[in-house]
Amino acid sequence: MFGGFWYTGFPIELTQALVNKGTRKLTVIAQSVGVGNDLDILAENGQIRKAIVNYAFFPSPDKVTEFERQVRAHEIRCETYPMGTFIEKMRAGGSGIAGFYTPTGVGTIVAQGKEHRSFNGREHILEEALKADFTFVHAYKGDRKGNLLYRKAARNYNPEMAMAGKITIAEVENLVETGELDPDCIHTPGIYVQRVVKVERPTITFSFE
Amino acid sequence: MDGEETAGLTNELMALRAANELEDGMYVNLGIGLPTMVSNWIEGRDIVLQAEIGFLEQGPFAEPDAVDQDLISAGAEPVTVLPGASFFSISESFAMIRGGYIDAAILGALQVSEKGDLASWNNPARKISDCGNIGGSMDLAVGAKKVIVIMEHTTRNGEPKILKECTYSLTAKGVVDLIITDLAVIEVADDGLVLKEIAPGLTPHQVQALTGAELRISEDLKEVEL
Repeated sequence: MFGGFWYTGFPIELTQALVNKGTRKLTVIAQSVGVGNDLDILAENGQIRKAIVNYAFFPSPDKVTEFERQVRAHEIRCETYPMGTFIEKMRAGGSGIAGFYTPTGVGTIVAQGKEHRSFNGREHILEEALKADFTFVHAYKGDRKGNLLYRKAARNYNPEMAMAGKITIAEVENLVETGELDPDCIHTPGIYVQRVVKVERPTITFSFE
Repeated sequence: MDGEETAGLTNELMALRAANELEDGMYVNLGIGLPTMVSNWIEGRDIVLQAEIGFLEQGPFAEPDAVDQDLISAGAEPVTVLPGASFFSISESFAMIRGGYIDAAILGALQVSEKGDLASWNNPARKISDCGNIGGSMDLAVGAKKVIVIMEHTTRNGEPKILKECTYSLTAKGVVDLIITDLAVIEVADDGLVLKEIAPGLTPHQVQALTGAELRISEDLKEVEL
């Protein structure tokens, strides 16, 4: 699992480390693969077998990622979920909940093959929880206990993904001593985080089509 | 249309018409693309914009020298926040959306049916049907109290986008309340589509000819109110 929405809150350094390590047959769970983040490098290296995403391709058909090419060539299996369902699967996975019923996706391709159940007269579908062997997150501040604090919209997927990782590795822009973070202001308690790595604050340049 | 240019509203005016639909005090989510332009018309009004990436009180786009890379919109554009803003996770953002706290969502669409079915996420031209760019559209469509679609009345090839049944992959069934196009404002009523307002210079007959479902003409049909 990779936190981040586009490059905001995306673990750039940890992704590069995974590229360098060259681990293959990965299942990648992220907002997207290559649309506004570095995960297309994993596709270029042939490291991805399956992907679970919310936003698969560039809106423009003229801009094709290597990921998209491999999905079309059936080299990578791709599952897409509605954004709220996507992150709720991880919240459930990190919270000991096996699944949940949601009205989102009823009557669409997302509902195909899923259990349907009506609550208070409204149709819902069963979505199952999701966990990962490893989660990479990006935080603004972290301490040696693994307590994390995110900045503004860079929080996005990171807190629930941190919960859903068996091993969660956090790259932090500011590594502070234990006790420095105000306990009232911690977004991710350290119990969910197994490793903390200090990184430089990334420079994100925005280029729009 | 005999190769003749049809009159119609510009994107800016469609956005203005959509903005007029919003009431003070509302919490509103704007979809990416054309709906984003609605924000130009609500400045100074008591309307709170929710960004599904995780904040309330989204403000105008950030000036080039004031870009904060940790503060982007759902469309990945650098934005600002207004006084009273709050940040939260995407999980909480969609708790708000599904939980019924969003008063109105203004969304783009590829097709809308006469029953209010919405098709907005999968264009068959991409030739990939089982995955794609769902984004927050499915959650917003079922969660927002009011769903307003803002789109061109027809495709670039002049094919109707308002149909008896959507032919594209659905985003949600029976959710659209109001359709605002460059040619008309159409209400999705229980018994079908009602033509409420029409762009200046057009006749109901012309709008009907570009619509793939039957339009009932409202008794108080008027020019689009801007």
